[in-house]
Amino acid sequence: MRFTIEQRPEPSAVMRVVAPVAAIALTLVVGAGLFAALGHNPVAMLDAFFIAPLNSLNGLSELLLKASPLILIACGLAVGFRANVWNIGAEGQLIMGAIAATGVGLFYPNPDSVLLLPLMFLAGMAAGMAWAAIPAFLRARMNTSEILVTLMLTYVATLFLSWLVHGPWRDPAGFNYPQTAMLPPYALFAPFDDAYRVNHSVFITAVAVVVMWIFTDRSFLGYKMAVAGAAPLAARYAGFRESAAIWIGLLAGGAAAGVAGMAEAAGPLGQLSPNVSPGYGFAAIIVAFVGRLNAFGIVLAGLLMSLLFLGGETVQVSLGLPSALTRVFQGVLLFFLLAADFFIFYRIRRVGGQN
Amino acid sequence: MDLFIAIFTGTIVAATPLVLAALGELVVEKSGVLNLGIEGMMLTGAALAFGVALAGLPLPLAIVAGVAGGAASSMLFGVLALTFLTNQYAAGLALAIFGSGLSAMIGNGFGNTPIAALGTLHIPVLSDIPLVGPLIFRFDILVYFSLFMVVFIGWFLYRTKAGLVLRTIGESPQSAHAIGYPVVRIRYLAVLFGGAMAGLAGAYLSVVYTPLWVENMTAGRGWIALALVVFSTWRPYRVLLGAWLFGGMTILQLQGQVLGIALPSELLSALPYLATIVVLVIISRNRQMLALNFPASLAKPFRPAG
Repeated sequence: MRFTIEQRPEPSAVMRVVAPVAAIALTLVVGAGLFAALGHNPVAMLDAFFIAPLNSLNGLSELLLKASPLILIACGLAVGFRANVWNIGAEGQLIMGAIAATGVGLFYPNPDSVLLLPLMFLAGMAAGMAWAAIPAFLRARMNTSEILVTLMLTYVATLFLSWLVHGPWRDPAGFNYPQTAMLPPYALFAPFDDAYRVNHSVFITAVAVVVMWIFTDRSFLGYKMAVAGAAPLAARYAGFRESAAIWIGLLAGGAAAGVAGMAEAAGPLGQLSPNVSPGYGFAAIIVAFVGRLNAFGIVLAGLLMSLLFLGGETVQVSLGLPSALTRVFQGVLLFFLLAADFFIFYRIRRVGGQN
Repeated sequence: MDLFIAIFTGTIVAATPLVLAALGELVVEKSGVLNLGIEGMMLTGAALAFGVALAGLPLPLAIVAGVAGGAASSMLFGVLALTFLTNQYAAGLALAIFGSGLSAMIGNGFGNTPIAALGTLHIPVLSDIPLVGPLIFRFDILVYFSLFMVVFIGWFLYRTKAGLVLRTIGESPQSAHAIGYPVVRIRYLAVLFGGAMAGLAGAYLSVVYTPLWVENMTAGRGWIALALVVFSTWRPYRVLLGAWLFGGMTILQLQGQVLGIALPSELLSALPYLATIVVLVIISRNRQMLALNFPASLAKPFRPAG
C-alpha cells in the first residue's frame, strides 16, 4: 500500500474551516504534553490559558486590551503580506510610534488641550509610517530586502528607546528607573470603567478592521495589491507598478503599528519604558497568518493570541513558568496552521493496493 | 600594538558565529530553499550547548549538543517547507519565534552562572612567534574550523559533482528531478546542514564567546547572517569578508565603549545593524551582480509531479 499526494482540483472549502480548528487543537495537545513534561498538570494549563482569562470581567478586559494592538497591527501587516511585502519589523514601528506619541504627550505646550490625544495619534501614526518608509524606499528604489531592513530597524528602534528612557527623557522624579514621567490626563485614553484597564482605543482597532476589510475585499486597489502578490508578472502587465504595492504594504503596516504603540503609551502604560511592547509586533505576524490575511479571521486570531499572552502571564505567576512559554505556543500554533493549510490544496490518496 | 592585536583577534572571534551560520544558510539557499529561522536555530543550539556544559559534561559534547539542537530544529522548518510546501517565509519566521521561545524555556534555570569557556589552542613553537603567534596561532579550534569550512564549502559547491547537483536543484528543481535526482531529499539534507551550522554558531556564542547564558543572546546575529548571504552574493569567500566586516564593527563598538568615546552606548550598539542595512543597500543596487549567483528557484516550493 502506498500513499501519494495530489493536488485537489479545487481548494477544499471544508478544509479551509477545519484546518485552523485542527491546528488549534493540535497546539493544545502539544501544550498539554509540554506541561506534563515540565511536571505540571495539563488541566492546569487549560485552565490558565482558556478558562481563567474568560471567567471574570477583568479577564475579558485584559483580553480586549491585548487583542486590540494585535488585531490592529495584523490588519496593517496583512495588507502588505497579501502583496508579498514582508514587513517583519512592526515591533520597531510600534516602538517609534510610542516614542513619538509620548514625546507629544509630554512636551506639548498645553497639557490641558483636548487636541492632545488626537495629536499623539497623528504623531504615532506618522512615526510608524516614517520608520516603515525607510525599508519601503530601499526596497522600491534600491532593491533591498525589506525583511532584513525592517528587522534591523527594529533593533535600532529598541536601542533608541533605551537611550531615551535612560537618558534625555528619564523622569527626574522616577528614582532612576528607566522610564519617562507619566503622561498628563488629557494624553490618556479614558477606560470604559475605572476598575478595568481596557480603554476607548479599541474603537481605533474596530475602525481599522472595517477599513482593512473594505480595502482588501471591496476596493480595486486592494484587488490590484492581491494580484501583485499572487502574480507579479500579470500585475506588471496590467500596468500596476510593483513599487506601489511595496509602498502601500509597508506604510499600512507602519501606520497600524505606530498607532498601536501610541495606544499602549496612552493606554495601559501611561508612560514610556524599555518594555513598551511584550512582542506585539512579532505576534501580530502570526495573527495575520492564522487569520488568513483577512479582516474577520484576524479578529478571531487576535483574540486567540491574546489568550495565549494572558495564559502565559498566568502560568508565569501561578506556576513560575517562564513567559517564553507564550512564544513557544505561538510558534507551535503557526507550525500547525501552516501544515494544516496544506490539506486545503492537497489531499493524500492511497494508490495501488497490491504493491 | 596590543590594542591592534586585541582588535584583530576580537574581530576574527566575533565573526566566527556569523561565518558558521551564514555558510550553512548559503548552502540551504543554493539548494533553492530560504530558511529565515537561523536566529531560532542558533538560540536552540546555544541553549542546549550551554545546558550540557553547565551540567559539567565536557565541552566537545556541549558543542555536539548545540549542533544537534540546531539540526533538529531545522527539521521543523524542513517538514513544513519541503513536505507540506508551506510558504517558506512564514515557516522560517515560525521557526525564529519558536526557537527564541524554546531556548528561553530551556535556559530558564541556567541563572547567571558562567562556565569555563573552550580554551584557545597553544600550538608549540607557532603560538610563541612574536606578533604572528598571537595574531594567527592562538585561536580556539572552532575559528580554524570555520575557516576550513569556507574553503570546504567553496570547493564542494564549485568543484564537486554533488555541489553541482545541489546548485542545479537551486536553479531548476524541475530539470534536476527530470534527470532523476531526488530533489526533496537533497533539499532536506541542505536544510539539515544549515541547521547544524546554525546550531554550531549558537554553541560558539554560549560556550566560547560569551560564555554565559542570556535570553535572546544571539541579538540578531541570525538575521545578520542572513544578510551576509545576500552580501556575499552567494559566494563562500565573500561570506568571510562580510563576517569580518561585521565582527570588526562589533569589536570597534565594544572598544569604543571601553575607551569611553563620547557617544551614547546605544548608538554604538546600533552600528552593526545600521551597517547591515548600508551594506545590503550597496550590494542590492547592483542587480547584475546579484543575478549572477542568485539561486533562481529560491523560496519557490517544489513538488515532484506524479
